Amino acid sequence: MVQTMMKNENNIKINVQSSQNVGEEITATNEKNTVFGTNNFNLWYGEHHALKEINLDIKENDVTAIIGPSGCGKSTYIKALNRMVELVPIVKTNGEINYRGRNIFDANYQVEELRTHVGMVFQKPNPFPKSIYDNIAYGPRIHGIKNKKVLDEIVEKSLRGAAIWDEVKDRLNQNAYGLSGGQQQRICIARCLAIEPDVILMDEPTSALDPISTLKVEELVQELKGNYSIVIVTHNMQQAARISDKTAFFLNGEVVEFDNTDKIFSTPRDQRTEDYISGRFG
Amino acid sequence: MRYIDDSVVMKRMKTRLNKNKSWKALFLTGTLFALLCLVILLVRIVTQGIGYLDWDFITSFASRSPERAGIKAALIGSIYMMCIIAPVSMILGVSTAIYLEEYAKKNKINDFIRMNISNLAGVPSIVFGLLGLTIFVRALALGKSLLAAGFTMSLLILPVIIVAAQEAIRAVPKEQREASYGMGATKWQTITRVVLPAAIPGILTGSILALSRAIGETAPLVVIGIPVILRFLPDSLLSEFTALPMQIYDWAKRPQEEFLYVASAGIIILMLFLVIMNSIAIFIRNKFSKRY
Repeated sequence: MVQTMMKNENNIKINVQSSQNVGEEITATNEKNTVFGTNNFNLWYGEHHALKEINLDIKENDVTAIIGPSGCGKSTYIKALNRMVELVPIVKTNGEINYRGRNIFDANYQVEELRTHVGMVFQKPNPFPKSIYDNIAYGPRIHGIKNKKVLDEIVEKSLRGAAIWDEVKDRLNQNAYGLSGGQQQRICIARCLAIEPDVILMDEPTSALDPISTLKVEELVQELKGNYSIVIVTHNMQQAARISDKTAFFLNGEVVEFDNTDKIFSTPRDQRTEDYISGRFG
Repeated sequence: MRYIDDSVVMKRMKTRLNKNKSWKALFLTGTLFALLCLVILLVRIVTQGIGYLDWDFITSFASRSPERAGIKAALIGSIYMMCIIAPVSMILGVSTAIYLEEYAKKNKINDFIRMNISNLAGVPSIVFGLLGLTIFVRALALGKSLLAAGFTMSLLILPVIIVAAQEAIRAVPKEQREASYGMGATKWQTITRVVLPAAIPGILTGSILALSRAIGETAPLVVIGIPVILRFLPDSLLSEFTALPMQIYDWAKRPQEEFLYVASAGIIILMLFLVIMNSIAIFIRNKFSKRY
């Protein structure tokens, strides 16, 4: 018992150290590649001007958190990054969002291509009512992979990547609906990893989960950022502070402040940011 | 100060409870009355018809004598007709539903189309009979054939199938579609891999119920002019044929009392047919329906 506690303490120490390292990394490598460059981007739902003149650069291998009160446009912004907003028929946009240098709103940019590079994890866990295996294999299959051996490998790799392999490896043929909410959400993350994306968008991925499942997903985000760029929308400011490198604060469809997370949470430039993170409104 | 006064509440309690009871009694009476009518009908038909119902009845053609009259031509005719109606109406109906739910943009014209399809489901069957007579029997010169009747019946149940399929497709949660689109699936991939597998039980249930309506419909067949007394089986899609409700209608209007019993026997066959189809629909619904 004492031993395990000591072990935990060691772990904590290591964690603290590694997060310090991460902090150093940010200051050291300021010249990360830009994954998403947003220039003067506007979006309307019918008459409602939901995003106003957004300018935001999302860097490679960063966890970028987007925070703000309900209705501030943060979900709309993340859904613009993979053009999921277009499922709402009355959406109009102008300005550009460049993914790796190409404007994704160009008429000849195939949305299917964009979405194979930019995966998404949704607010509510939404596995298909199929087996765990078929859920993970869904993405590779739609992109034409039929070879059973290759699919087996992708499924195992993705489930390991989402830290859920050990929990489900003996029941890959069971329906994903039999899993708990937290497990379902990690299945959805694994399903997203299976298309081997470059960026993972997460739209409030833990808002429907209990604290322990939330912690697991947060740890997972930390592990994934080595290989992926992650954009995460969250209502939970502690979560943003814990897991992100950069934080953007949205209010009424505008970016109020965008900076390194520790800067935002310690010495914000804008009074509104300070009011929001100190819980005075929102 | 309390707004709800206990003494007033107690005073009104009795009236409220009585009202509660009397409404319940009214609803129960309604249900029992319907059940009673159904039971009387069933008992009458079974007691009258059972004497004529045997293997010979199923395997003989129509006859002038009630003892030798059989239902073979009508039974086979109805089954053949079903083989035309089922594919035609389901392919057209499900395609329309997929188009309206997944592809069509939300605008006034499409809303108008959607609304009118629901209205079409309420158009009397005799109107569809006239439509079939004009288009299939005369304009396309298909005659009083299996094909003409099958197409007419398909049109008749098409709106019902479209509406049922639309509802089944709409019931697939939008999160499921988002998950699929989010991985770069095309619309067609999303429809075949996510939407249809989830909607199929609802679509099949609705379609089978619509088909069982088509089996029992008489008016369109009368308008088209389907013959009643046939002593042969249809040998091609363009042959003349007869169907169960036509045969029953003919027997029922004959003057000899015995033919009334023969008609009852025919009704038993028709009802068995319907019970089997509805059981299949219920089985599919229970077995394959998915919960989210």
